[in-house]
Parts: sequence; structure tokens; C-alpha cells
Amino acid sequence: MALTLWMAVIASMAAMACAPVGCYLVLRRLSLLGDAISHAVLPGLVLAYLLTGQVGGWPAVLGALIVGALTSWLMEWVYRGTGVPEDAGLGVVFTTLFALGVLLLGLVDNADLDPGCVLFGVLEPAPLDTLPLVWLGWEVPRTLFTLVPLLVVTAVLFFLFWKELQLTAFDPHHAAAAGLPTAIVHHGILTLTAAVIVAAFEAVGAVLVVAMLIVPAVTAQRLTRRLHHMVFVAVLLAGSAGLLGTTLAVLLDTSVAGCMSVVAGLQLAGVLLGQRGR
Amino acid sequence: MIPYNTMVVLGGVALLGAAAGPIGALAVLRRRALVGDALAHASLPGLCVAFWLVGERFLPALLLGALVSGLLGVGVLAWLAKATRIKEDAALGVVLSVFFGLGVVLVGILQKRPGNKAGLDTFLFGKAAGLQWLDLLFLAGLALVGLTLVVALFKEFQTLGFDRDFAAAQGWPVARLDLLLLALIAVLVVVGLPAVGVVLVAALLITPAATARLWTQRLHRLLLLSAIVGALTGAGGAWLSSMIPHAPTGAVIVLVGAAFFLLSAALRGASWR
Repeated sequence: MALTLWMAVIASMAAMACAPVGCYLVLRRLSLLGDAISHAVLPGLVLAYLLTGQVGGWPAVLGALIVGALTSWLMEWVYRGTGVPEDAGLGVVFTTLFALGVLLLGLVDNADLDPGCVLFGVLEPAPLDTLPLVWLGWEVPRTLFTLVPLLVVTAVLFFLFWKELQLTAFDPHHAAAAGLPTAIVHHGILTLTAAVIVAAFEAVGAVLVVAMLIVPAVTAQRLTRRLHHMVFVAVLLAGSAGLLGTTLAVLLDTSVAGCMSVVAGLQLAGVLLGQRGR
Repeated sequence: MIPYNTMVVLGGVALLGAAAGPIGALAVLRRRALVGDALAHASLPGLCVAFWLVGERFLPALLLGALVSGLLGVGVLAWLAKATRIKEDAALGVVLSVFFGLGVVLVGILQKRPGNKAGLDTFLFGKAAGLQWLDLLFLAGLALVGLTLVVALFKEFQTLGFDRDFAAAQGWPVARLDLLLLALIAVLVVVGLPAVGVVLVAALLITPAATARLWTQRLHRLLLLSAIVGALTGAGGAWLSSMIPHAPTGAVIVLVGAAFFLLSAALRGASWR
């Protein structure tokens, strides 16, 4: 029972960490860049594992940040340097990096890190891998030592740079004309996206992290027209998708990440159908 | 000397690549490159349902299931983009991830059932070596049909690809042609699933087309070249992956395609502009 509870906590934390940057991606029409980065970080994760012998954690976040930055640079190179259409260039870059990661995984052939886990996430053993939290005397799952700080960092960054984020999200040209550092905001958000993706990766897997980035943000966008409401609603929806998804997964005895995406999809379907009735 | 069985597999995957190249090139021209990716991900739930109904690995039934749910995904995508104010990229992300999530749930449930373990895993990352003679004949037949349609309707697709409005004004049935192109993409994606896998099959459509695009601006050369690059990519990748133990076929095929792209970019002097 306690294990299921920790699983639910990890699942909702992972989903909630994804939601704020997801809102920005959806508003700037960068959803597919989020999808691409979530595939492209895979070789970074595998390399971090090969170097440190540890799955996930801060080394993986660092590895993914490097590969994430490399990805957006590569995409820009393919687009500007070769004249291939933007969406096709995106497709070439992220499938290549993902294939590289899959190949590395196949060659490493390790039980801790197999291709299936990478796709679907492996939440079930996560609560067993604990670190002691000294001043409370609790045993806390190791994943939370990456997820919770990242959630805090996201909250602080969104609080500090709210004005810049808001303006660049809705009108980047106006923001640039007003003298805001739009390029820094843009690349900062992409870096944060890569970090969040890796931190959530252990819980929800490389492919389904996209569901947590995009779906709650899209649902929230249907419900409100103000950015701060949208971020709050998206975080709440993501958190509830984590809790409900875990419950559903335990009942059906199947993948938690899959159930979380299905719940998030049902939330969106419910909102869309409800709004059609009006 | 390459063993006979490997030769058969190489031939099949080469034909698959040869069909994927030109269809992908048309998809890239119509800015549909990533629709193939969404379709591939959306095919997973149908694959699982078919697997559950048929009970064993019977390829045509599995692929039919994949095709149905892939097309359902594209239908939902079209509805989201048209009937709601959700932007196209977000709609693509939603369809891709929610359908794939449903598929993952079903894979999880099916794998808990006794005796059914082997079949579904190979569809995620592809396993060309696992294909039987009959499977290959079936896949090659479908790929040929796709290729024939592209050749037969070259003029129509040419007008559609470069200027849809002009084509419509000229009286071409553009909506039906768009639908046909979508159907071709769908069939190709589904046919590619067993060899390349759900996650990476879109690369078979996109990368050879992008490579060919570096060399030519003319459509007939683009289609021919992407067919050749596609065939070389498929055969080369399948051959390499049979040489390296534990290497997933799909990943190796995609990397061979990427190598062609990088080589072409270098030879054509692509640079920061």
C-alpha cells in the first residue's frame, strides 16, 4: 500500500513538473519541439548511464541538457543550412538521435535500462530505490530528489521571469521590440524542458512524457484565457492525471505511464465535449 | 557470401524503402512529414486489439488492426484541427501521445497473459530477421501497389505538391488526392511496422526524401532519387543489423538513412547561411 502511494506521488510530481513548460510550448506552437527533444535526449541518458553506472538522477539531467542544446542547434542547422522543410528537418534529427540511443541500449544490453523501460517508464520499482531523508527519518524514493527540486526551480523561474514569459508567449515580436531578451527566454525554456523531460523520464518514459507536457496544457488552454490560470489549471490537471492514472494502472495491472496519458486524454475529451454542448 | 534467408529479408526491406522514399517525398512536399509519425504511434492500440482477437502472430490481421487505429488517430487529428481551436502541432502531440499511451496500457495487459509474450515487443523497434517468407511477399506486394499509384498519378501529385490552390482552380479533385496521399502514407507506415517498428518508422518516410531534396529541385528526379536512397537505406540497415548482435533493426536502418543525409549535406556544401 505504501508503495502504491509513493508511486502515485512520483507520478503526479513528474506530471506536475512537465505542465508549466508545456503551457509555454503549446502557446508558442512548439509542441512538436517538445516531442522531438523528448526523443532526442535518449543518447544523453544512455551515455550518462555508461559513465556513472546510475539510471536517472542529476548526471542524466546534465547529459540530457547537453544533448537537448545540441538538438535545437542541429535542427536549426538542418533547416537553415540545407533548405529541407522545417518539419521534415525536425523529423530527421529526432529520429536519428533516438535511433542512436536505441542502438546504444541494444548494445549495452543491460537489465537496468532496456528499450521497453525507456519507452514506457518503469515506475513500479522506483519507490523501492530510496534514500534516507535525514531530518525527518523517512526513506524517500530517489527519483523525488530530482523531481521535487526541479519543480521548485520551475516555480521560482516562472515567478521571477513571469513578465518576460507572458509577453514572449503571446507576442514574441512585440517582446523583442520592447527590448526583452526573447532569445534567452526561448533557449532557457528549451533547456528547462530538457531537464524536466529527463527528470520525469524515469516515471513516465521517453515517449509518454510528451503526453504530460502537452495534453494538460491544451486542456487548460480550453478552460481559461489567462496565462497564470492556464499554468495553475494545467498543473492541477497533470497532478490529478498522475493520481488517477496510478489508480487505474494498479486496478488493471498495467503501465502507469500509459494510464496517465489515457486519463489526460479523457480530461481533454471531457472538456471538448462539454464545451460543444454549450 | 550472404545467406539465402538474409537475401530474402534484404530484398523485402529494400522494396519497402523504395516505396517509402517517393511517398515520403510527396508527404514532405505537402508538409505532412510528421503526420506519418503520429499515424505510426496511433497504430499501437489497434495492433494490440488485433493481437488480442487473433491470439497469435498473423501478420495481415495485425496490420489491419494497426491501419484502422492509425487512420482513426488521423481522423481525430483532423477533427481537433478543424472543429476546435487547438493548433495543429498541439493536436498532433495530443493524438500521438494519448493513442500511444492507450497502446502501452494494452501491451501491459496483454503481456501479463500467459504464453503471449513474444509477438508485440518486436513491433516497437522492428525485427526484420523475424519475418517469414509469406510476410515478406505480403509486405512487398503492398509496397508495390503504393509505388504503382505514385507513378500512375505523378502529374496529379506534382500539381498538388507545389500549388494546391492552383490545382483546385484547374479542376483537380484535390481533396480526394490529399486523402489518397494520406492513405498511401498510412499503408506505408503500417507495412513498415514489422521491420522498423512503431517508434522509428516515420524516419523511413522522411529521411530519404530529405536526402534526395539536397540533390535536386525537380520532382521526378526527387521521387526517383528518394526511391534509390530508400532502397539502399532499407537494405543497408537490414544487412548491418544482421551483422551486429543485439542491434535493433529499426534503429540501424534509421542511422544508415541519417548517414546518407549527412554525407549528402557535406557533399552539397550545406553550411550556415
